[in-house]
Amino acid sequence: MAVGFAQWGNDLYTGRRSYDIVGRRRVWYTISAVIVLLSAILLVKPGLNPGIEFRGGSQFVVSGVTTADQSLASDVVQEVAPEEVPRVTTVGGSALRIQTIALDEVRLAEAQQNLAEAFDVPVENVASSFVGPSWGKDVTQKAVNGLLVFLLLVTVVMTVYFRNWRMAAAALIALFHDLIITVGIYAAVGWEVTPATVIGFLTILGYSIYDTVVVFDKVRENTADVLDQTRYTYAEKANLAVNQTLVRSINTSVVALLPVSAILFIGAFLLGAGTLRDIALALFIGMAVGTFSSIFLATPAEVTLRQREPKIIAHTAKVLAARTAAAEGAPEGAPGAPAVIHVGQLRPGAHQGTAAQPKRRKSGKK
Amino acid sequence: MLGAIIVALFGSLFAGTQLSDATWTPKLALDLEGGTQLILTAVTENNEPITSETISQAINVIRQRVDSSGVAEAEITSQGGRNIVVSLPGTPDEETIALVSKSAQMTFRPVLAIGAPQATTTDTATDAPTDGATEGTEPTDGATEEAAPSDTPSKAAPDSPSDTEYYVTPKVEADFDALDCTNPENLVGGEIADPNKALVTCADDGTAKYLLGPVEIKGSDVASATSGLKQTQSGATTNEWVVDIKFNSEGTDLFRETTTRLQGLAATPPQNQFAMVLDGLVISAPSLDTGVIISNGEAQISGSFNRESAATLANQLNFGALPLTFDLQSQEQISATLGTEQLQKGLIAGAIGLLLVVIYSLFQYRALGLVTVASLLIAGIVTYGVISVLSWTQGYRLSLPGVAGLIVAIGITADSFIVYFERIRDELRDGRSLGPAVDRGWDRARRTILASDAVNFLAAVVLYFLAVGGVRGFAFTLGLTTLIDLLVVFFFTHPLMTLLARTRFFASGHRFSGLDPRRLGVTAARYVGRGKVVGSLAPTGNGHASEKADSRVAVGAGVGAAGVGAATMTIAERRAAERAAAQDSASHEAPDDEQDANGVHESPGDTTSPDVSGENGSDTTEGTEH
Repeated sequence: MAVGFAQWGNDLYTGRRSYDIVGRRRVWYTISAVIVLLSAILLVKPGLNPGIEFRGGSQFVVSGVTTADQSLASDVVQEVAPEEVPRVTTVGGSALRIQTIALDEVRLAEAQQNLAEAFDVPVENVASSFVGPSWGKDVTQKAVNGLLVFLLLVTVVMTVYFRNWRMAAAALIALFHDLIITVGIYAAVGWEVTPATVIGFLTILGYSIYDTVVVFDKVRENTADVLDQTRYTYAEKANLAVNQTLVRSINTSVVALLPVSAILFIGAFLLGAGTLRDIALALFIGMAVGTFSSIFLATPAEVTLRQREPKIIAHTAKVLAARTAAAEGAPEGAPGAPAVIHVGQLRPGAHQGTAAQPKRRKSGKK
Repeated sequence: MLGAIIVALFGSLFAGTQLSDATWTPKLALDLEGGTQLILTAVTENNEPITSETISQAINVIRQRVDSSGVAEAEITSQGGRNIVVSLPGTPDEETIALVSKSAQMTFRPVLAIGAPQATTTDTATDAPTDGATEGTEPTDGATEEAAPSDTPSKAAPDSPSDTEYYVTPKVEADFDALDCTNPENLVGGEIADPNKALVTCADDGTAKYLLGPVEIKGSDVASATSGLKQTQSGATTNEWVVDIKFNSEGTDLFRETTTRLQGLAATPPQNQFAMVLDGLVISAPSLDTGVIISNGEAQISGSFNRESAATLANQLNFGALPLTFDLQSQEQISATLGTEQLQKGLIAGAIGLLLVVIYSLFQYRALGLVTVASLLIAGIVTYGVISVLSWTQGYRLSLPGVAGLIVAIGITADSFIVYFERIRDELRDGRSLGPAVDRGWDRARRTILASDAVNFLAAVVLYFLAVGGVRGFAFTLGLTTLIDLLVVFFFTHPLMTLLARTRFFASGHRFSGLDPRRLGVTAARYVGRGKVVGSLAPTGNGHASEKADSRVAVGAGVGAAGVGAATMTIAERRAAERAAAQDSASHEAPDDEQDANGVHESPGDTTSPDVSGENGSDTTEGTEH
């Protein structure tokens, strides 16, 4: 398979095999739009499930239990705090986490004592926590601030690096796409949103841009002198870049996803609710979506934007006109004017077909 | 370079373990070690803005309380502007927690008596915490220090805050006598005393004890306090550090009354002193210059300040001017066993992740995957060293999000190697031999790696500075590993690749090297202009007909070292070689059409294919590619 994969990579590089990603951008836009829309719906219903950090309340963690009897824990706590049905989750191999409304110190101590008795563990094994209701608001506020500052900085850095604001704009479109879908899918999974999740979401920002930068770097390289030649249009050159980086994109994504899925697996199946699991899920979705968007959304969006530049419009028209002219001008059956333009990496010394050869002038001296 | 860094890191760590309290393993944060974490938010009464100085003062106040209460190794840090995180190991009792979250307030009280920290000490002159103070012009250095410990202060006018008869009850006097300011327990502070009664307390550094009258001015009446060099009336700057206090209008009135009264007590020091009490402890107790009544609300404290002590006092006063209360945002107990389990499972997850990455890179890149593995190992060692050293010198603690960051970083670090390798492969596909391909590939990959790592680092920095909660630990490890990634790629992976490119195994494009040009679709020979051809045409006759990609016939020993001879062939030689190759492969069962394609170089007419890259398919699996 590795042989096949490497071969596939070669074909993509040389352009012998090519996926018309940029050309079919409307398809990808539609797909992306639909997924974003779905995610938006998921955000409303069922919506995000806020963790205790965002709800506020008291939490007990009973560790070293022999029986992970969730209903027992629920009953014990509800005796003390009948206002709300406690949420009980298993944490790790031998611990239970019980969350309830905010309790005052007396009831907190009582519940702690009762839990210790019910589960037959020393009181020290029952850890209690309290989270004020405004703590989550604070986290959210900070996350939003972080998002804004990051967006601003990234726009500046990318505009400077690529010397083109359109690339930055396309990268940001992809970024929002990733973020919305990630949050939407997270909501659909229904796990609690904890500060760890927020960390995951914020990290997606960096990763999404990172992925896009790798692809855009190739796009820029391929299209650097696009205006100086008339063989290919900008869109074709950009599409070639996407194809050429496809193997790299897949490899980097797989390698980035592997450790994350390891955490996700361990977190979800062995540790239960907790920091590792929440971070890993957010990262996993985000990285997968980020790979998709860097290939199928960022570059097409960039091409769409670039094709509004007068220079690019003129150039594209020129290339297409030249192509039509070549097709008409060529004698019947001549191989020089292919019906489908094959976009590939130009290799020095490679044969470009008879059409590329110097021609004897048809008019003038005979 | 990298070796030097590693040696330096572990050398200093080794020295640390021998000479200091460093450990070979990084210290763990609360969520892994178990303990209690309190998150407090500083709140002002009327939503005045909170500066970072105010927060750091608040942290000092809390640290004073915690340290004095005997809790070892408490960590107090600010977080995201207005939050203060207090991490206490173990399970502290209710009192400690209550102590931490008490509000800190500043008041101005008249001094009724000053005593040595212990009754046994008689001479306090040398280490009295505060020096003389003046308004206006002259410093009265040492004016107050003669204040001998007088347990029974002399009489004063009744019905004023300095009325000792009224305020110094026998109980207060007994308390004052009993107070031992050398005992750290008495320096905890934090208690909110009745503003209308006398207060018996210590100087914040425990060098004196005070008997104070009731509160006369509240800290919130201070408009601002600044430290600077004293200026004479003519405007010339002297070399003396002073602290200027400005009161607001209410404070100005009160202060005028106070100074007027204290002036009348000049004969009975220390009663002409007023004390600034922050968080229950006296931070300064200057006396008034003779004859000076401050009516404009601008006081200047002078004395034996240096730049730092003046700035500290000004900061303390500013902090006190903004009465802060601390809202308990969250209080979290983490059991040690749970933390251990999380760490253990996290490390297992990391190991699995690493293993998967290694397998995948070996699968994709063959021997080149080993370069990835070695680079990851080096990166891992450096990261471990840096974290251990930071943990020792800066008190950095590894938290669970930090561990997650490290694991995620495995993938992101490996990404830059992939970017590099793919670049080299691209260059090989363009027909370069390995040496130039590595150079050129590096040239281009470097830019991509720098740009993408810059973005990653940017994200980490933004996260670090704007984040709350565990985000910081995550952002820190992510940013750190991004830097280390750069370091490793620049000083390990690339030099290693350059070296490897010279070895026969890689340069000849061994099929397990991961850089086999044949597998990368390099065609047999390619004309590169000026009468030169790259790619070997040497008819080595080693056509392995059984090979799937049977171009071996024409490619021979690859584009590496063997290609050197081919590149300098004349046209005649080349033709001869081609003929030989054609015969050679014709004798094998290699497909004929491919052979034709192999010979296209100087005979353009035979390209009947409409394909502009008609040559590409010549050597590979698909005979029907066009």
